[in-house]
Amino acid sequence: MAGGRIIIKTENLTKKYQNKTAVSSLNLEIEEGEIFGLLGPNGAGKTTTILMLLGLTEPNEGRAWIDGYDCTRNPIAVKSIVGYLPDNVGFYGDMTGRENLRYTGLLNGMDEKELERRIDFLIERVGLRDSADKKVATYSRGMRQRLGIADVLIKNPKVVILDEPTLGIDPEGIREMFALITELSRKDKRTVLISSHLLHQVQQICDRVGIFVDGSLLAAGRIDELGEQVLKGQSKIIELKALPENDELQRIIKAADGVKKVERDRGMIVVHSDYDIRSELAHLIIKNGFSLLHLRLRGGDLDDIYRCYFAKEGVA
Amino acid sequence: MNIPFSFKGALKIPFKEKSESSHSEAKRTGLAVLYKKELADQFRSKRFIIVLILIAVTGLASIYSAGLGIREAVEQQESDFVFLRLFTSSGNSLPSFISFVSFLGPLIGLALGFDSINGEQARGTLSRLLSQPIHRDTVVNRKFLAGVTVLSVMLLAIGLTVGGLGIILIGIPPSLEELFRLLLFILLTIVYMALWLSISLLFSLLFKQTATSALSGIALWLFFSVFMNLIAGLVANVLFPVTEQASASVVLRNQRWQQGISRLSPTQLYDEAVVTILNPGVRTIGPILSEQIEGAIPGALPLGQSILLVWPHIVGLIALTMICFAISYVYFMKQEIRA
Repeated sequence: MAGGRIIIKTENLTKKYQNKTAVSSLNLEIEEGEIFGLLGPNGAGKTTTILMLLGLTEPNEGRAWIDGYDCTRNPIAVKSIVGYLPDNVGFYGDMTGRENLRYTGLLNGMDEKELERRIDFLIERVGLRDSADKKVATYSRGMRQRLGIADVLIKNPKVVILDEPTLGIDPEGIREMFALITELSRKDKRTVLISSHLLHQVQQICDRVGIFVDGSLLAAGRIDELGEQVLKGQSKIIELKALPENDELQRIIKAADGVKKVERDRGMIVVHSDYDIRSELAHLIIKNGFSLLHLRLRGGDLDDIYRCYFAKEGVA
Repeated sequence: MNIPFSFKGALKIPFKEKSESSHSEAKRTGLAVLYKKELADQFRSKRFIIVLILIAVTGLASIYSAGLGIREAVEQQESDFVFLRLFTSSGNSLPSFISFVSFLGPLIGLALGFDSINGEQARGTLSRLLSQPIHRDTVVNRKFLAGVTVLSVMLLAIGLTVGGLGIILIGIPPSLEELFRLLLFILLTIVYMALWLSISLLFSLLFKQTATSALSGIALWLFFSVFMNLIAGLVANVLFPVTEQASASVVLRNQRWQQGISRLSPTQLYDEAVVTILNPGVRTIGPILSEQIEGAIPGALPLGQSILLVWPHIVGLIALTMICFAISYVYFMKQEIRA
C-alpha cells in the first residue's frame, strides 16, 4: 500500500488569529500514496491547515513540507506538485468546462498539445464528456465538483488535497467521487489528503485518519487502531435486536457472563460488558428460541470514536 | 529522482532540496496567460462596452459642438492652436471634451477594477487561481496591467477619433506641436484613469462585497470631483475671510489656501495639468499680481515650458497611482485567501 516515504510533514505548525488559535502545534506525517482523512467538526482548523500547506496563509510558528519543499518559503514549488480542490470551488461561469481546464493547464506552463490530450482524458475520466463544451454557469453542483477534480488533476499532481469534497453532492455522486479518489491513490499512486466532517463517509476510503478538534490533532492512525486507542479501558458496548422483544429476553441477557448493564435505546438493546461477548450472546439468544436480527460492537467505526472523543473533551 | 530515505533518521534536513529550474518556465508562461485572460475578460465584458459607448458618445458630441462654435469664431478672428481648442472650448450647449473626460475618467477607472479581486473571491475562483504555481503578486500585477492596457487602447482610439472628426469639422490640420500636446493629454489621462483603477483595485481588496467596493469608489469620486472644491473654499474663507476691507495679502492667502487644499484632490491636479498642456496660452496656474504681468509679452508657451509648469502635477498623479498600487500590493501579499 503506502510506500513508507513521508511526503507531507508538519512540525509544530501553529496559526493564531486575534484571539483564537485555529491550529496549535500540529505534528503530522503523511506517507506517499496513502489516503489520509483530516476529520473534525466545522471550525476545527482543517481548512487553515490546508491553507498553510499551500502557502496561502502564513503559520505563526512551525514549518511544513511537501515532498521536500518548504510550504511557506517555497510555495510555488509546492503548488506545482499539489492539486488543491477548495470547498465551494468556483469556476469562470462564462467559460466552458474545457476552457476553464485549459486556463489552469496554461497557468501551470503546460505544453498546449499535451494539455489538450490531457483535458480530453480527464473530462472522460470524471464523466463530463457531454457537458465539457457548455458554459460552467449551467453546471450542477455535482458537475462542478467533478470539474474541480479534473482541474486538480490537470497538472498531474503528486499530492491531491480535497477540502470537503462531498459537500452538497447526492449519494450517487459521492459514491462515484469516492471511486475516483480511491483510483487516484491505488492506480495513480498519488497521495490524497481529504478533509471532511462527515466521518462515516470518509472512513470508507481512508487508509489513515487524523481527528481534529479545536485546532489540535487528538489522534491519528488507522481507523481500527484508533478504535482500540480510544475505547481502551472502557467497557464494550454491544447493541442487538432480537424477536420477540420481551422481559424474558432482557433477563437472559442480564444473566450472561460479563454483562454489567442492559439498557434500551431507540428500539435496540444495549449491553455493556467487560469484554467482547458477542459470540456468547448470539448463542444464548438463539438457544432460548429468540431470533437474532442485529448484533454489533459499538466503537468500531469513526462515528463512535468521534463521539467518544467529544465526550472526553466535554468532561475536560 | 526520488531517493528513498528514512525520514525519521534525517529530521534536521528533512528533504533534499530540489532544483527549481523546471518551475521558472511555468512561472513565465503563467504571467502571459494571466494577462491575456484578464485582457480578454475586460474587452468581452459588458461594462467595457457600456463605458466605451458612454465616452465615445459624449466625446463626439462635445467635439462636434465645439467644432461648430470654433468655425464661427475662426471666420471672425485669426487664431492660433485652433485644433487644441476643439478639446478645451465648450460649444453652445455642451461642456468641453476635457471636462467630460475629467468627470467621466474616474468612473471608467473604477468600472474596470472595482470587482477585480473580491469578484474572484465571491466566485470562488481566487483560491483555485492562487493554488496554481504562480506568484501572488502576479495576479495583482496582471490585473492592473490589463486594466491599464484597456484604458490606453480605449483612450487612444477615442482621442484620435475625435481628433479626426475635429479636422473634418474645422478643416485645419494640427501642427506637430498640437499633435504632441494631444498625445501628452492622452498620456496624462491614462495616468489619471490608472490612478482610479488602482484605487478601485485597493477597494476590491479591502471590501469583501463588490457592491461595497463599487459604492465606496463612487463616493470617493464624487467627493473629489464635487465636494473637494467646496471644502477648500470653506476652509480658506474661515481662515482668511475676504471682506470689503480685506487687504491684498489676505485675498492672496485665501486664494493660495483654497488652491492648495483643492490640489489634494487628484481631480484638481489633473484639471490644472490638462488645461495647461492643451492651452499654450496658460502661463501660470496660481494667482498672479498685476505687477507681475506688467511688461510681459503675451504669447503662447512652448511645449517644454507648459510641461515644466505642471511637472509637479504630473509627478503627483504618478506618485499617487503608485502609492495606491503599492498599498494594494502589500495588502494582497499578506492576505489570507479563503474560499
